[in-house]
Amino acid sequence: MVEWGNGMESRKKRKLIEGMAFGVIRLSTVIICLALAIMLGFILVNGYKAINWTFLTEPPMDAMTKGGIFPAIVGTFYLTLGAITIAFPLGVASAIYLSEYAREGKMVRLIRIGINNLAGVPSVVFGLFGLGLFVVFLGFGSSILSGSLTLGFLILPVIIGASEEALKAVPQTYREASLALGGTRWQTIYRVVLPAALPGILTGSILGIGRAAGETAPIMFTAAAFYTTKLPSSVFDEVMALPYHIYVLATAGTHIDETRHLQYGTALVLIAFVLGINLVAIIIRTRIRRKQTY
Amino acid sequence: MSNKIKMATRNMSFYYGDFKAIEGITLEFSENQVTALIGPSGCGKSTFLRSLNRMNDIIPGTRVEGDVFLDGENIYASGMDMVEIRKRVGMVFQKPNPFPKTIFNDVAYGLRVNGVKNKSELQDRVEASLKAAAIWDEVKDRLNESALSLSGGQQQRLCIARALAIGPEVLLLDEPCSALDPIATQKIEELIRELKKNYTIIIVTHNMQQAARVSDVTAFFYMGRLIEVNKTEIMFTKPSIKQTEDYITGRFG
Repeated sequence: MVEWGNGMESRKKRKLIEGMAFGVIRLSTVIICLALAIMLGFILVNGYKAINWTFLTEPPMDAMTKGGIFPAIVGTFYLTLGAITIAFPLGVASAIYLSEYAREGKMVRLIRIGINNLAGVPSVVFGLFGLGLFVVFLGFGSSILSGSLTLGFLILPVIIGASEEALKAVPQTYREASLALGGTRWQTIYRVVLPAALPGILTGSILGIGRAAGETAPIMFTAAAFYTTKLPSSVFDEVMALPYHIYVLATAGTHIDETRHLQYGTALVLIAFVLGINLVAIIIRTRIRRKQTY
Repeated sequence: MSNKIKMATRNMSFYYGDFKAIEGITLEFSENQVTALIGPSGCGKSTFLRSLNRMNDIIPGTRVEGDVFLDGENIYASGMDMVEIRKRVGMVFQKPNPFPKTIFNDVAYGLRVNGVKNKSELQDRVEASLKAAAIWDEVKDRLNESALSLSGGQQQRLCIARALAIGPEVLLLDEPCSALDPIATQKIEELIRELKKNYTIIIVTHNMQQAARVSDVTAFFYMGRLIEVNKTEIMFTKPSIKQTEDYITGRFG
């Protein structure tokens, strides 16, 4: 019940409610930031001791209780690169189709529902799908190719969603201006809409990269090796990967406690890897933005 | 009106889905004249203007009935290329809408999409267009700066320059001054008077004084119909229909 102008009483009450509402909102934000800080701090504190030159540049040794994680770093790098190479063009193209070409209707609604559902599929299901299609049926074996394809499909909905939002955010007046100047629809998309949407598209892709680098289940059956000192020489080779390596050390080894510091160290490297890629993408995005306003 | 007829509509109607936004409009536009379309908001004048270069084609669920002629050719006839039509019938919009590109690239855009690649030709035509739009002196030293760094009035003249660059025959102006201050408006009006020597101009405006100042012919739209059209000085002094008089004198609208 809202009471208007009922003197001090109601004014006090409204002030109190306002204070409480903002208090709760503020608290939520603090809790989230705190959770992140604790998580990062925990990994940092426990993991930094493991980080040294050997750890970053050597393969594991002595039943993975010593040595480094170099093959896993390389593997995750290739898998992430492969996933984004596959998902970026596909995702952006789909987003262009949905946002610029397709007329709203039953068909487009259906496609959109499909994409949203794809985003909701558990990652282990993607892993099994990749195992069935790429590893077995297409005969790619457990390899960078199979893993990249699986991860690529996993992050596809993220990239499509973000790209579509970015394309929709481009003012209609840009499109009108281009068309009124005798541009074709494709010229309008390619020369005006896409450049304007690129920063937003890249933001979505950054999220996709982080997701691809960190996933374990999809690569378990499709790409990741339990242990290998060999670096991959082709896309048909199996690789070690950081998230899978953490999983292996923490659950499947015989020296789980002995390797604790290596597990934290690997986690730290994985986080640094994702942040590093994000940083590069953010720098690229900022550069494009700056170029656009002039 | 002794000038040649450049554009004309014959019994043209326009639909948004089932809604008839424009009903049976027959109107002629003479070469080298400024025709002002006036009328209250929602009367269909902007929709009418946008159907003269097929800009409404991009809105799903719209439909045109009747004919629109450009030099006697029906622009809605099958086989007519709308990209080609838009090159011949340029358009400037209500809100200045430069691309987030440099001033030079903004004006060169239309040329580039139409296949002009030669650098010196691009330079010549960009300069000529900026001069024709009376903005060259203000931007000649900053062609590589963002078009968005210009003031609203400058942006609108840039948009006019951009439209002129591809060599249109007709220029459609959709309330080109509604987002501008009086001084910028005055500059655009001077420009319109200058441009009519070379172009056929059709302008939608909400500003009665503007219509009176810049146009040779004024057409009054109301609820999707053309109520009256005549020479501007007659429309503003002795309109023959009461609705026109009421609108022009500010009694409604």
